[in-house]
Amino acid sequence: MLKIKNLEAGYGKLRVLKRISMHVDPGEIVTIIGANGAGKTTLLYTISGIIKPTDGEINLFSTSLDKIKPEKIVSMGCSLVPEGRQVFATMSVKENLILGSYVQSKKKGYDKEGELQNIYNIFPVLKERKSQLAGTLSGGEQQMLAMGRALMAKPKLIMMDEPSTGLAPLIVKDIFQIIFRLRQAGNTVLLVEQNAKAALGIADRGYVLETGKIILQGPAQDLLDNNDVQRAYLGRDVDSQGASCEV
Amino acid sequence: MTTELFTQYLFAGITYGIIYAVVAIGFNIIYNTTGIINFAQGEFVMLGGMISISLNPLMPLPLAIGLAVMLTTLIGALIEMVFIRWLVHPSVLRMIIITIGISILIREVALHIWGEGVRSLPYFYGNEISSIDILGAHVSPQVLWVVGVCSIIVTLLSLFFKFTPLGQEMLACSANRLAATLCGINAKNMVTLSFMLSAGIGALAGCVVSPITYTQYDCGTGLAIKGFTVAVLGGLGNSMAAVAAGLLLGILEAFSIHIFPLAFQDAISISILLLILFIRPHGLFGSKEAAELKEF
Repeated sequence: MLKIKNLEAGYGKLRVLKRISMHVDPGEIVTIIGANGAGKTTLLYTISGIIKPTDGEINLFSTSLDKIKPEKIVSMGCSLVPEGRQVFATMSVKENLILGSYVQSKKKGYDKEGELQNIYNIFPVLKERKSQLAGTLSGGEQQMLAMGRALMAKPKLIMMDEPSTGLAPLIVKDIFQIIFRLRQAGNTVLLVEQNAKAALGIADRGYVLETGKIILQGPAQDLLDNNDVQRAYLGRDVDSQGASCEV
Repeated sequence: MTTELFTQYLFAGITYGIIYAVVAIGFNIIYNTTGIINFAQGEFVMLGGMISISLNPLMPLPLAIGLAVMLTTLIGALIEMVFIRWLVHPSVLRMIIITIGISILIREVALHIWGEGVRSLPYFYGNEISSIDILGAHVSPQVLWVVGVCSIIVTLLSLFFKFTPLGQEMLACSANRLAATLCGINAKNMVTLSFMLSAGIGALAGCVVSPITYTQYDCGTGLAIKGFTVAVLGGLGNSMAAVAAGLLLGILEAFSIHIFPLAFQDAISISILLLILFIRPHGLFGSKEAAELKEF
């Protein structure tokens, strides 16, 4: 579904992504974990076309994304839920959702009310708040709105940038449960997270990104068991547990 | 001050105030989608007036005005496509200098086409001396036209932004350009549209005020300064605040004639602009937090 080969990208002269290669298959939840500044957000922005790659190749649904505009990538079926929600703060929840369906609304037989209802079924709280201004929602509700807005475009691949940032642990659990259910409903998810434990908990596969390079990859369970990952991202002191020798 | 005089000043104030408000709304529409002040906004008003005056002998007045508005709208689109669209991550300062350049360019072109003469459209109803009595004050019917048309512009604009998909998409671009792009909206087209929209409403305002204020190749500059004052006074980007601020400035100017000589009228708006910039740079109705987050 998504194939990235030797991707390089950055801002001006600053090279952030260094020869990244990765892929996402249909129906998977793939997670990219890494610390602040590792290049996770840059990677997602490059896939969305917001940042132009300086080298390498991105293939989405077997089409090269070279010189394709970000708007076009959305209508191809790849939506990004950006970091920090980025809702239209001065507009109502319903208006936000309808704007999300922009690429769908151009198609024939588009059923606005039906699509809204689908989103309200996934996120009942959005229905309660539908006439409220998006800026007045709580952090968790804004995250749900941002996810709902992206889902309104009916993406085949949905990318999420740090959905758990700044949310209370209970809400984070909710959000991850929803992501898990999205996959069951047939969506493909590329999830970028600092919260490595939660992300690997629901993912099928994972990549570990460090200073712009992929240093580890594999099935999520393997990464969870990996000592380096445990030490660096799960905050576990492996040595003191005396289990560090057999790698 | 007698009641008649009071009403007379009040109406004069409302007339000018609402014109300032429409110019300010033109500033706001472009500011909202691009973050820049388009200093050629006054020139759109001048172009609307001038083109309709030139077309008027050839066709009925409403048609001439309609055509003038359409032509100015196209000029707005052209300006955006030629000067703004291709810029890659332009700085705010660079874009502002470009719009100042555009305004000088339009003015010079207008000087060549129409000369230095002062022109005006005929009164839409009646003539220079016809008047209607309102609460003892004598009000020209054209004043009612100006107030009526400008109020309709303001109302239609707010309905457009609230209820049409296109209006919502433009609003989305101004609220959060990145998020709008991620929804699949082409932000660049929305910027072109915003130039067209502000050129169009500027031109329409230029047509209705032409019989009262007259139109000259450089009349846009003064209006742009007043409109800018009003936009800043209300809080940049807020169109409803611009209406309130416009009426406030118009009425202040009108009543100032009672106390100061007429020649000081323009000095008042400039003083208000300076005062606002010193004391409340986010405007009367703007939020301080939001203003601090903005680049300009």
